Amino acid sequence: MLAPAVCRLAGRATGYLLAAVVGVTAVYFAAQVPVIAQGQTLRQAIAWVPELGVSLSFSLDGLSLLFALLVTGVGLFIVLYASSYLQDDALLGRFYAYLMGFMASMLGLVLADNILTLFIFWELTSVTSYLLIGFDHKDAKARKAALQALVVTGSGGLALLAGLVLLQLASGTGELSSMLASGFTASGSELYTPIVVLVLIGAFTKSAQIPFHFWLPGAMTAPSPVSAYLHSSTMVKAGVYLLARLTPILGGGSGGPQGWTITLSVVGGLTMLWGAFVASRQTHFKRVLAYSTVSSLGMMVMLIGAVSAAPVAGAAAATAAGLATYILAHACFKGALFMVAGAVDHAVHLKDVEQVGGLGRVMPFTAAAAVTATISMMGVPPLLGFAAKEQVLVTMLAGGPGSMLGAVLVVAAAVASVLTVLLALLVGLKPFIGPLMSTSEPPHEGPVRLWLGPVALGVAGLVAGIAPWLFAEPIVRAAAAAVAGVPRGELAAMPVDLSLGHLLHLGPALYISLGAIAAGVGLFVLRARWRAITAPLDKLDWLTAERAYEAIFHGGVLGLASLSTRIFQNGSLRVYIRIVMLAVLASAGLALAGSGGAFLGRDLLGDVKADTTMIEGVLVSLIIAGAVAATLVGSRLAAIVAVGLVGYCIALLFVVFGAPDVAMTQFAVETLSVIILLLVVFRLPRFNGKSSRPARIFDAGIAIGVGVLMTGLVLAAQSNLAAQPISHFFAERSLTEGYGRNVVNVILVDFRALDTMGEITVLGIAAVGIWTLLRIRPTRSGEISATARRAGTGPGAGHDSGTAAAEDGKDGVPS
Amino acid sequence: MSLLLAAPILIPLTAAVLCVLAWRHRTLQRGISIAGAAGLLASAVALFQQVSASGPVASQMGNWPAPFGITLVADTLACIMLLINGFLAVCIVLFSLGGIGQRREAGGYHALVHGMLAAVSGAFVTGDIFNLYVWFEVMLMASFVLMTLGGQRGQLEGATKYVTLSLISSMLFLSGVGVLYAVTGTLNMADLAVKFAAVENSALAVSLGLLFFVSFGIKAAVFPMFFWLPASYQTPPPVIAALFAGLLSKVGIYAIIRTFTLIFSHEPQMVYTIMLAVSGLTMVIGVFGAAVQTEIRRILAFHSVSQIGYMLMGLAVTGAAVADGLPGGSVAAGASASASTSAVNAAIPEFAVMALAGTVLFLVHHAIVKTNLFLVGGIVLKLRGTTVLARLGDLYLTRPWLAVLFMVTAMSLAGVPVATGFWAKLVLVRAGLAGGEWIIVAAALGTGVLTLYSMTKIWSEAFWKVTPDAADLAAAGQHPTDEAIDAADIGPRGVPIMMTVVAVMAVATVALGVLAGPCYRVAERAARELLEPQAYIRAVLGPTAGRPASASEPAPAAASAGGVPSQR
Repeated sequence: MLAPAVCRLAGRATGYLLAAVVGVTAVYFAAQVPVIAQGQTLRQAIAWVPELGVSLSFSLDGLSLLFALLVTGVGLFIVLYASSYLQDDALLGRFYAYLMGFMASMLGLVLADNILTLFIFWELTSVTSYLLIGFDHKDAKARKAALQALVVTGSGGLALLAGLVLLQLASGTGELSSMLASGFTASGSELYTPIVVLVLIGAFTKSAQIPFHFWLPGAMTAPSPVSAYLHSSTMVKAGVYLLARLTPILGGGSGGPQGWTITLSVVGGLTMLWGAFVASRQTHFKRVLAYSTVSSLGMMVMLIGAVSAAPVAGAAAATAAGLATYILAHACFKGALFMVAGAVDHAVHLKDVEQVGGLGRVMPFTAAAAVTATISMMGVPPLLGFAAKEQVLVTMLAGGPGSMLGAVLVVAAAVASVLTVLLALLVGLKPFIGPLMSTSEPPHEGPVRLWLGPVALGVAGLVAGIAPWLFAEPIVRAAAAAVAGVPRGELAAMPVDLSLGHLLHLGPALYISLGAIAAGVGLFVLRARWRAITAPLDKLDWLTAERAYEAIFHGGVLGLASLSTRIFQNGSLRVYIRIVMLAVLASAGLALAGSGGAFLGRDLLGDVKADTTMIEGVLVSLIIAGAVAATLVGSRLAAIVAVGLVGYCIALLFVVFGAPDVAMTQFAVETLSVIILLLVVFRLPRFNGKSSRPARIFDAGIAIGVGVLMTGLVLAAQSNLAAQPISHFFAERSLTEGYGRNVVNVILVDFRALDTMGEITVLGIAAVGIWTLLRIRPTRSGEISATARRAGTGPGAGHDSGTAAAEDGKDGVPS
Repeated sequence: MSLLLAAPILIPLTAAVLCVLAWRHRTLQRGISIAGAAGLLASAVALFQQVSASGPVASQMGNWPAPFGITLVADTLACIMLLINGFLAVCIVLFSLGGIGQRREAGGYHALVHGMLAAVSGAFVTGDIFNLYVWFEVMLMASFVLMTLGGQRGQLEGATKYVTLSLISSMLFLSGVGVLYAVTGTLNMADLAVKFAAVENSALAVSLGLLFFVSFGIKAAVFPMFFWLPASYQTPPPVIAALFAGLLSKVGIYAIIRTFTLIFSHEPQMVYTIMLAVSGLTMVIGVFGAAVQTEIRRILAFHSVSQIGYMLMGLAVTGAAVADGLPGGSVAAGASASASTSAVNAAIPEFAVMALAGTVLFLVHHAIVKTNLFLVGGIVLKLRGTTVLARLGDLYLTRPWLAVLFMVTAMSLAGVPVATGFWAKLVLVRAGLAGGEWIIVAAALGTGVLTLYSMTKIWSEAFWKVTPDAADLAAAGQHPTDEAIDAADIGPRGVPIMMTVVAVMAVATVALGVLAGPCYRVAERAARELLEPQAYIRAVLGPTAGRPASASEPAPAAASAGGVPSQR
């Protein structure tokens, strides 16, 4: 199952084949329900990188099972749906590959027991989501949306990685099951705050919470099956899954830390309200659904916060059960509605809800599925949506902290459910009632694969509502136990009852629910006025999050990037050299200067004075004079002569210190260099582009600084001799073992022959280089210079480098 | 054994010479070239096996005993680097069969590549600091000529910057070697490790260490000395840039790792604070450059800079941790700190080993992945005659397999699981967090986002987008072909072999990612050897070495009363 399906274009059969694979997996997970409902956990592990605490370990408990069933169950119908929806697309094979890759990653995510393995799958879902959002790759909007989604979830992913690594360091284990088993709670760790903040950023970006929610509506440029699957039923719930999974660890179970609860409640609540509100202002099918999904995700996050806020374990379990029921119900109705929207679009090629009507007669199956899903979304009995909403309201009324926050959240939930009713009617009912609109070709029911999914999900919601004991209740119970951290033994005693008889008793929750339905229906009728009234607020969403993203990412980060690149890669070699030399001074120079002369150790200057002979003094003065002159003179010719003077004086120094052979080499090199340079210089243009006076003074400062540094280093070396030099060995063995009286020669050809071989290689390569440079002429030279200017690193890039490049007369050994 | 250590140098050097001899015979050159690269890889494998079995091995060139002659020595890190060198050599040479173009191939391309390979091998196995300098020079000359091969104006311009800054680096390096020799009287790195620890003056030790750091930093292209890299990698044919991206800057980083674990291993905290800052800025400024570029090779070149930061990060975290553990830094500890193995052991926390292992992993990861991305760029250039994003498009439809291979490699670079990039990043992040280095971890992760962004930019523009039609481009003043390829070489001929190479490397990054466990263990072994260099020192100097007592008593002050010491 973990191997993504090979993209086989085996005709139409591919879809069925893949669906069969997914179906088998779904059945496998369904078969585990009775086992897991007993409170058991299945676990398998293979060591991967134990040094890093990473293992391929998977465990199946209630929460994992709930999500695994969603992934495979909804996935089954999505595959069938896509095989019809995209059957004419040339890239259907790739679509399957991405989809199956995503499915495998998502399964891995919800089954992983190791938090880093979980993260690996988390990232893979982001990548496959990127590929699927941009599936319509010729559309610039799709590409942009794909990138936006990837940048937002990718950034969150990196925060999450840091958070999970910290969690691992704090707990000393990477396995969730070990953390849970040992009763580890991170709140005791000093790393708690960074862990929570980083994990929350990861979860909020993935699950489209304010202020990161904006990528999700953008992601709706993906084909409908992708929207239905990734961006409503599964991937966007990964953040919810993670938070639910970590609730016992980070939220501290019931009565957990305040910060966790408040953050989740506030962010979730805001997202819920804002998503529902913005959705109510939309008329584009998928945008309505997208924002309502944002709203639902907000509600889930809020509920997770409520689990930790619950004062007693029982209340926490009840809240968790509400959460689990809602997740299940939401996957059924929202997945169905997305597929319905796609089917409608497929049939009439219209994307605006208000333009579509009367399809109920021509598309009976789709309509039936849509209406069932709508009723569930509205929270009308006997569907599962009702059970979910009822549980949520009951627990929020009863188990809430009783504070201001609790009261505010109840009101928020009520308002959101009013708006949700409106949304449900808008996308699930409106297209199918009223007069049939006129279209160019008569609309008709799509093939069975297009409506099978919505119908199946609708039926699932209905069955779960009427007969919760069949499958819904065991799953919800086991999942809730995992979230609330209920021990295995107490599972059976958990107060989870989804039966209609239990929920349909009169109480404040039911009143709120009925009131919300009535108000929502009213709002649906008056929706045109509602949109008119709220129009001014409409701009807000766009102004806040997406604009902020644009400003931060494109304006801020990329602007800064552009600026820094212009500064640091400005094309001027002179500036580059200046910076490098400054770096030398700032590091090595400061380190030496910082010691305030302590490195000298003793009175070196005195020694130098005492030991320096007349001739040495003259030579050194000449060297300095030559070096200074070379920088001051105005013509190349004079500069070369000055540099030559430096070289000859150094050679004379060698003579003074008793190395005539080295001196002779140096003389030869200097003479040749001066002659060659003079020959070259005659062919060069005059000096141009001299730098300004302040720049020259600045450069002179740098040059003097580097000179002082080198002098300081040499002096420091003299006063800190750590060991006897090895040179005595060469002097002793040169004749006896090297058979040569000239020690330098023996060093070159015997003691350190490898160096000489290397230097010969340098010369050989230089010869090849010169040969080819002269032989291989560039083609189309006129055209190229134009390209070169454009491709160059910056303005004036070619004009400031007066260095003769091939001049590389390094010769061997230090002596 | 002696031959085995020299083989990674001698094999490519021989191949280079043979290629020059066979100057006019292209097919023969190709054969020699492939055989040479394969031989290099084989020798690296053999050496790796030997070192895995028996620890660091050394061999004295010319049979002169250790501190006096030149020693070749290989520990696990050197073997890993040699393996990279061999693997890339084979890939690059095979890719060149389709990817370099006739004109450049006739200009001694194969000989130059092998000259460079020999130099890179030399830099990895040498145990002598001056010999390292020599290999740097060979490498500089070979890479400079390769960079200018073809003689286009843009190439010469980039190469001039490269060679100038490299020569400054060489100058600093040589000055540093001179001072080092003046202080310790030796050039053998293992001998230096023993003798330099006896230097009591911390200002000198720090200043000298930083001088080497700047010199190698230029080679490695770290902030603020990376200019030559983006200027020069974008102009030669991508296959040459690929070779550079895989090997050149690695040698710089390798030299930093080697010197700072062996010679400058007792630097105080301040040095590593500088190193951390440099690494963070390298990552960020580098990826900033990549994010705003609009040409494939330039994006990749800036990325290379950015990724160097990660490699440095591991070493800096390690160094900071070790410096923390040293009692009173280098001054008080003196010679005794390096003396006993157990003392060093106690001072090194586990995350310090992990950080250095992360650096090693990152070296391997980056060499494979960045090389491969440049090679993908080479295929694009050969197919379309340009690598400017605005002029590309449609490759998703016309070249699906190229799309797959690019995506896999690019995601690996961006650190997406399960390829090597993810593991390298994970190790560094984990070590950084364990060490409490929050800022550098934040920089590393933030850099990851922009890396992802710039990789998807290539994907979106070159692969997904519809190619703009010729009329629009002409209006926008875009030139039809790139200077790194001759018009005659554009076309699908030779692309299958290029694709095969790219596929092999893409598989390599994923396979090494899946085999993260064994890979990490090798990297960890390399890190341990670096942090406890006694085995290395013993391999070079003989079993009695590692104790600084007898052989090298500090020189009496009077011994060198003269001005410039005459060492003969």
